[in-house]
Amino acid sequence: MSGLRPWQELSPGGTIRPTDAEKPKTGSWRTGIKPLADLSKCTNCLLCWLYCPDSAILLEDTTFVGFDDYFCKGCEVCAAVCPVGAIEMVPEETETPAGWVMRSDESGS
Amino acid sequence: MAVKTQEGAQLLTGGEAVAYAMAQIDPDVFPVYPITPQTPIIQTFAKLAANGKATTEIVNVESEHSAMSAAIGSAMAGARTMTATSSQGLALMAEVVYIAAGMRAPIVMAVGNRALSAPLNIHCDHSDSMMIRDSGVIQIFAESVQEAYDHAVMAARISEHPDVMLPVLVCQDGFTLTHSEEPLVLTPDEDVKDFVGEYKVPLPLLDTEQVTTKGIFALQDYYTELRYQMNAAMEAAETVIADVFAEYSQLVDRPFSMLEEYELEGAEKVIFLMGSTAGTIKDVVDDLRTEGEKVGLLRLVSYRPFPAEAIRRALEPVKEVIVLDRSDAPGSVPSLHAEMAAALYGSSTKLRAHVFGLGGRELVPAEGRAIFAGEAPTHIGLRS
Repeated sequence: MSGLRPWQELSPGGTIRPTDAEKPKTGSWRTGIKPLADLSKCTNCLLCWLYCPDSAILLEDTTFVGFDDYFCKGCEVCAAVCPVGAIEMVPEETETPAGWVMRSDESGS
Repeated sequence: MAVKTQEGAQLLTGGEAVAYAMAQIDPDVFPVYPITPQTPIIQTFAKLAANGKATTEIVNVESEHSAMSAAIGSAMAGARTMTATSSQGLALMAEVVYIAAGMRAPIVMAVGNRALSAPLNIHCDHSDSMMIRDSGVIQIFAESVQEAYDHAVMAARISEHPDVMLPVLVCQDGFTLTHSEEPLVLTPDEDVKDFVGEYKVPLPLLDTEQVTTKGIFALQDYYTELRYQMNAAMEAAETVIADVFAEYSQLVDRPFSMLEEYELEGAEKVIFLMGSTAGTIKDVVDDLRTEGEKVGLLRLVSYRPFPAEAIRRALEPVKEVIVLDRSDAPGSVPSLHAEMAAALYGSSTKLRAHVFGLGGRELVPAEGRAIFAGEAPTHIGLRS
């Protein structure tokens, strides 16, 4: 467990400050499924962006462009709230079809 | 500590006295649920608050589990928080007591120690405190009403010290102290306020300038480190308690110690115990001393942190120590017995131990003499 901090450097009781919790790679929590979006159906209502618990919906200005592989936990909330069925949960190894988006961004957004 | 009637002394029960100390400190929040023999504490505190002596928000919750839960929220938010309980209340609260300690919530809790069911009993023993002995809370035990009051004044300073940040339990024997009037001297309001000072705990949850998350999840990677922090805090607490005791001692001109030595000079046999029964044993020691017996008493005030090294040092020249636990441990030996054995490991001091006072049973001076003489049963007063 290299890179982990010793007890002296932790806040009492493990109180977390914003700097302590920078970029936790929640994408590693996915258990075999990931979201994909069909951009031809997407109406850019941004409900997925509002509901996503991990800020894993990627926008360019105010336009939906995809999911952040680094943060997405595969919780399926986006697929459940999408009013036009543009988001589908697919097996992790599924290749991204043309017109569908799943961005891998190791730096986090 | 022997109670001497001083000038300006008044009669109060232990429960009332601790409530007075808390009202003088005037904490921000007091979540609480009544239980015998703690009830006089919150009853008195509520009366004092209603009469304008304290501005505290008293939160009447639906159980002790909720009382400690609310106390943690309040302490984490950045408010000075106190509560009180006894026995089954402490048992119900136990889950959350571990959380309070683990989250390093500086809560002060007054405890009127009482036996645990079954059978149902409302009188004193220390089983309730023993149940949470490894939770990470500091526990200080009083012998008298005066001492319970003084501990309550000092507790906030210990609890809130940045090197400590652990709950402090101000323990007193149920009924024997909580419901018994003794003469005591209250420290003037202004002196208490100055002594305790402002509540300043780092990283409060309501600080919007520096936002934080409390009550975190920690697995194999960080759980050990975060639990270990409490060992360091307890170690620091030994110094902090000694410092706070010394400072308050100067203020009120009464002695305080984590470990009271009574007639240890030249003592060959020493009784070791906690709580109000020390008063009875002191009388027995006095009588036996006048008869030429080399006996003494070592009274443990700070149960957690347990001052093992100081105990070993104090008992270095003593031939035999007799540990009296006011709780039992079916299938093993109770806490003080086991911890004394650990503290004395490799020492030449012999160790004997008894269980006494379960469910409020008296320990009378004749039994004290029998204990010193080695003529008492393992469980003092047991009919068999």
